Amino acid sequence: MRKTLAKFSVEYLQILDENGRADETLMPVLGDARVREFYEQMVRGRVFDETALALQREGRMGTYASIRGQEASNVGPALAMDKEDWLFPAFREDASMVARGVSMEALLRYWGWDERGNDVRDVNVFPVAVPVSTQIPHAAGFAWAMKLRKKRVATLVYFGDGATSKGDFAEALNLAGVFNLPVVFVCQNNQWAISVPRAKQSAAETLAQKAIAYGFPGIQVDGNDVFATYVATKEAIRRAKEGNGPTLIECFTYRMSDHTTADDAKKYRDAKQVAEWEKKDPIKRLQLYMKAKGLWSESYERALREQTRKEVDEAVKKYESMPPAQIEDMFRYTYAEMTPQLKEQLGYLKKSIEETKSTGGANR
Amino acid sequence: MVPIAKLTIVEAINAALRQEMERDASVVVLGEDVGRDGGVFRATDGLWEKFGDERVIDTPLAETGIIGASIGLALGGLKPVCEAQFDGFATPMLDQLINHASRIRWRSRGRFSCPLVLRFPYGGGIRALEHHSDSPETYYAHTPGLKVVVPSGPYDAKGLLASAIRDPDPVIFMEPKRVYRAIREEVPEEEYTVPLGQARVLQEGSDVTVIAWGAMVRECREALALTSYSIELIDLRTLSPMDTKTLVESVKKTGRAVIVQEAPRNCSVSAEVAAVLSREAFTSLRAPIKRVTGFDTVIPYPRMENYYIADEKRIAKEIDKVMKY
Repeated sequence: MRKTLAKFSVEYLQILDENGRADETLMPVLGDARVREFYEQMVRGRVFDETALALQREGRMGTYASIRGQEASNVGPALAMDKEDWLFPAFREDASMVARGVSMEALLRYWGWDERGNDVRDVNVFPVAVPVSTQIPHAAGFAWAMKLRKKRVATLVYFGDGATSKGDFAEALNLAGVFNLPVVFVCQNNQWAISVPRAKQSAAETLAQKAIAYGFPGIQVDGNDVFATYVATKEAIRRAKEGNGPTLIECFTYRMSDHTTADDAKKYRDAKQVAEWEKKDPIKRLQLYMKAKGLWSESYERALREQTRKEVDEAVKKYESMPPAQIEDMFRYTYAEMTPQLKEQLGYLKKSIEETKSTGGANR
Repeated sequence: MVPIAKLTIVEAINAALRQEMERDASVVVLGEDVGRDGGVFRATDGLWEKFGDERVIDTPLAETGIIGASIGLALGGLKPVCEAQFDGFATPMLDQLINHASRIRWRSRGRFSCPLVLRFPYGGGIRALEHHSDSPETYYAHTPGLKVVVPSGPYDAKGLLASAIRDPDPVIFMEPKRVYRAIREEVPEEEYTVPLGQARVLQEGSDVTVIAWGAMVRECREALALTSYSIELIDLRTLSPMDTKTLVESVKKTGRAVIVQEAPRNCSVSAEVAAVLSREAFTSLRAPIKRVTGFDTVIPYPRMENYYIADEKRIAKEIDKVMKY
């Protein structure tokens, strides 16, 4: 006997098209102020991003991963979360982190070679995770803890298309399915893992369908449509909180910039492709929508840009005027209590600094 | 009268888990076959029946997922005690341990911490399949932010595991599977802990200090019977952070040191012990520090593993050479 045991389909959601026209039947109920909030958060993300790139070029900050073009995939999910929910970012979610309340100067500090940038209290956002995909099981475990502790909290974790090829992704999604965990997996499929295109990450037609193998729903959304990323996340968070388990959301977007400031994407990708995606810009299309609704004007834009510029400039000032960390910090946080070895090593370092000072030598 | 039972190491571990789970509702046990089956070595026997499947969790076969989710569980306010079934199967967990568990407190400047315990049976001598006989303590001991604990007997196994579970930092708890059931000791039924970071002088002596941990402590005890020297035998117990004070004090007294380990030699824990002793007890040394270790090969399949793991005769011989230097 031969028969079909399973068939599947993958849903796609777009609400706001690239010309700024919304499918009103799918539009969430949002007041004017809320629509503006979506726009303003994306603009904050864009201005922050441009500033960070400039700081890096000027040697005032370290290697940075730009979010340009991915503002809707950053902001929609962040605004769909409730205050008590937790966000586990990868490393291309600055606008999401900022929208959730992480200060811009903390992020500048992180990218600016200072661990104190990870110490952001009173915001339910975990620090950036660089190694790719390794943060996904943390989110599953965190969601598991919330479930076992009977807390009505959803956990949302970000990762890229490259991460879906790794084992941590598979093991975390599998666990989440088996234990029906209240977690939302958000894949920012920006088509590129440094130089490797999406087609070389997986032979699957969509990344969203990977969820089906783990026994829960996956959806692909237009990742440059902030309403779509918002609605899909809102639904996923509701599912999580109602005890209906995980969801995988594939935000189909595009990395407009180089992988990081240490990369040159011109070496491996076609400028024509980038130009095509420029037309799908998430901020531009929301602006067109708002203009048609009478929510956007030149003066509004000017005021917003001015205000955002000021906010970012102030963050830069705070970042650059922060006193340097103490060398004790390097030792202090390795364990809850410093071990005898660390105490000895700290003492040695301090003494060594003093000795080189007194002999006129530099420590490095 | 305090009730005392004669327990094996594996029974003592089971008792510690039961004790800590009764004491602290946030302790959860997870791993492959740890629930209904009670673990392949029965270390978690009876826990699932007592605490239910929300606290004793049979996971899918996924070591990275187990340790990665344990990190998340710890961040979320629980105390996960996860199990890797064998030393060789804990290897995929290294990524999560090195890149995340060990440095969460450090990189968040104390905002987050990761109080988890990873337990696994280690070492050779049980005629197991390949990948079931490794002694990988060096990888963990080399990683800043992890603590590494290796008990050698039942009393310490219970007390050290209780301390590991209560510790605010991630602890790797390596269980000497070769002696899981080979040693019986009096173990109090009441609650007690043995502090981490403290070596234990098992026998005082004045001629030579013998330092070992885990399963090799038994071989060392047997070696003592083959020599007529006055030997100070030290069980290191915690490999990181290491109790160098006890080691140095002992070698300053004896002037000689023999370090015995099962793991391969190159860049191993015995090398760190030797370096500490040569720095801190240099002027007291009457002979070069001797290391008796596994070889810098893969531990052989059972037909040849007896050549690899130093036995009491080899250890006694090396002690004799150090004495006659």
